[in-house]
Amino acid sequence: MHSKKPFYILVALLFILGVSTCLYRSVEHHVPFLPGQQVQSWAVDAKVSFQGSGKPVEASFSLPQDPAYEVLVENTTSPGYGFSISNADNQDKRAIWSKRAASGRQDLYYKVTLIPTGQTKIAASEEPDAPTPYIWPATEKAAAEQVTQEVWDHSATNLSFAQQLNKEFNATERSQNVELLLSGNSATKLFINILHNKAIPAREVSGLYLEDQRRRQELVNFVEIYNEGQWYLFNPNDGTQGRPENLLLWGQSGKSVLDVIGGTNSQVSFSMLQDTRSALATSIDILRNNDALSFSLYQLPLEEQSLFKGILLIPIGVLMVVFLRVLIGIKTSGTFMPVLIALAFIQTTLFTGLVGFLLIVACGLMIRAYLSQLNLLLISRISAVIIVVIGIIGVFTLLSYKLGLSEGLTITFFPMIILAWTIERMSILWEEEGPKEVVIQGGGSLLVATLAYLAMSASWVQHWVFNFLGIHLIILALVLVMGQYTGYRLLELRRFKPLAGE
Amino acid sequence: MILARPRALRKNGVLSMNKRNIDYIGRYNQRKFYKRVDDKLSTKRLAVANGIAVPDLIGTIFVQHAINDIPKMVRGLPGFVIKPAKGSGGKGILVITKMEGDRYFKPNGDEVLHDELYRHVSNVLSGLFSLGGNPDVAIVEGLIQFDPVFEGYSYEGVPDIRLIVFKGFPVMGMLRLSTAASDGKANLHQGAVGVGIDIGTGKGLHAVQFDNPLDFHPDTQKKLTAIAVPEWDTLLHTASRAYEMSGMGYLGTDMVLDKNRGPLLLELNARPGLAIQIANNRGLLGPLQHIERLGDEPMSVEDRVTYSKEHFCF
Repeated sequence: MHSKKPFYILVALLFILGVSTCLYRSVEHHVPFLPGQQVQSWAVDAKVSFQGSGKPVEASFSLPQDPAYEVLVENTTSPGYGFSISNADNQDKRAIWSKRAASGRQDLYYKVTLIPTGQTKIAASEEPDAPTPYIWPATEKAAAEQVTQEVWDHSATNLSFAQQLNKEFNATERSQNVELLLSGNSATKLFINILHNKAIPAREVSGLYLEDQRRRQELVNFVEIYNEGQWYLFNPNDGTQGRPENLLLWGQSGKSVLDVIGGTNSQVSFSMLQDTRSALATSIDILRNNDALSFSLYQLPLEEQSLFKGILLIPIGVLMVVFLRVLIGIKTSGTFMPVLIALAFIQTTLFTGLVGFLLIVACGLMIRAYLSQLNLLLISRISAVIIVVIGIIGVFTLLSYKLGLSEGLTITFFPMIILAWTIERMSILWEEEGPKEVVIQGGGSLLVATLAYLAMSASWVQHWVFNFLGIHLIILALVLVMGQYTGYRLLELRRFKPLAGE
Repeated sequence: MILARPRALRKNGVLSMNKRNIDYIGRYNQRKFYKRVDDKLSTKRLAVANGIAVPDLIGTIFVQHAINDIPKMVRGLPGFVIKPAKGSGGKGILVITKMEGDRYFKPNGDEVLHDELYRHVSNVLSGLFSLGGNPDVAIVEGLIQFDPVFEGYSYEGVPDIRLIVFKGFPVMGMLRLSTAASDGKANLHQGAVGVGIDIGTGKGLHAVQFDNPLDFHPDTQKKLTAIAVPEWDTLLHTASRAYEMSGMGYLGTDMVLDKNRGPLLLELNARPGLAIQIANNRGLLGPLQHIERLGDEPMSVEDRVTYSKEHFCF
């Protein structure tokens, strides 16, 4: 007797692999576990407007770049303008509108749909260069150095330095030095300058508070401090630290949000709308945007996709058959015939399918009874039955069409060869063992087919088998485990009841 | 309660279908030897070569046009049996017990027309009754003159003796009697009566029909447990020898008692059913595990039969 250890290791590996690919798909690609799940999305409109003076115009507008939001769709409306998107070093994504001559008021629109990713940390891809120190004007030099020194003494790291400084700026009773400095500078600029003088990388970023159905919103300034591979968000204006909820970082490069050359009086305002959309469609869109469709069936042409949607249901049906035969002990005619019948049921729906199946088999049995008198060879008899089955299907389809029963048209989805064999087997069974056995085996097959159909037609099952391919490894593991089951089948408990000695 | 508790069944050593398939058939029956038991023609030849008595082989039909030779083949015989060589579960067996010239009659008196005979054999050759639907061969065998000792115990059919042989040890036995319900066939699921037989003595123990216990034959009303199978030792020896002959560790042997020739081996079965447990009113697992514990020390047929009679009797 050989060891079963490798077998169980294999099963465990399949299981773990299956579960982890499913989890990966859910966590990494945001494929929802349930069909029909909704996600929030934000539609943000930015309106850039300025006065043209008849000269060539170039407007450069920074675009949202925030790990917390994934850009799903973006487009612009700007009649008469040339448009391009530049993305310098993947750091500074900007929209650039240009026109040879623009005069009067110009309105340019940029629309973007965003999906929250839940990724609130801002990781730095590389260590930023050391900032150039700021040279204070003579009037502020002493005050600035004093404030810096004080905060420096009370802090340990870059981060705590920024925290202390932020607190100092927003204390209820600010020191005279801070008051003096703030009177001549904006809090954001001052904050960055002090940090830069201590060689701490810091930059100004703009953020937009996302609130449903708001219009004419403005960007808010924040400061990002670099500390050990990550950027931390501060708002020196109100002394808060960290990312507020529903904040979208717009420009992250530290450069200006809008530059207009050749125009005056430029300004930008935002309006936004919250929306819900299908989580699955969203994740597919994101995958498509990222070219990350590899290992997903969504990269196949639509026709093949729908083909696979059917094929990938077969493992579920097979699992059902294995379960019902090994653990329950139901007899079927033909091992996997019920799965094929169940696949046909998916097209026809259950009731029409059952009625159609019974009609075809009943008619087939009658005609087969005649054929059996003709003394044909088996192969030609089966072939004759196949042709007759096609005829029956044709007649029923026509009849239901004439009668206006559109359900009847789906009868063509039944696999004809399988039906012919079923009729042949049932007919032999009838002659050999009588109608009772035909009812038992035929009923068993239909019961298994119905259960397989119910399992296969559940919308979440269809969602899972197509979107989480790892589920098939789990099914494989289950089938292998059931193949090792040596216990009693449910129906054996009844059969061997006299032997229980109770 | 309709269902038995699994623990109660396990305690009584009832072998389940899954366990039979995995732990006994899968482990002790080598795939390469299946042909010896699945093909009745091979079994027959092997049995003859090993000096085991089998029903007479009148002829074999390999091709369609040879079907017309059957009447010539059987002329002058009291009756004959047509079987598919690779049939299972008693499917496709046609028994002719009476012949009047060229007219053939089944045990229940129905006439079998030549067309019907032709179609039946044609179906056999096409593989309708064989495992997997493979093309098959039809065997024409001599009729068995069954031993009058079973007179009144069987309705229109030949009673046969099924023995489960594990690694050459007969572990459980059952006499299968056809009934009106089973249409003269000896298969339990078709309604034949199964009588558990004591391995030690060959005497009837307990009887069932359709998995329900009964005491009297439903058609003849004879007391079933009063049966004593004659030539019991020969039957046990033949069954035990089938182990060496077939190479199958877990085997069902089907034998009949012929009035003139004694026990004849009808067929071997690599997947014997579990109903024998109900007929014996006890589980197979006890004896099977007993033999597994013996190890692999070779024993002679004689020793094995003695051992079985000693250990597996009631």
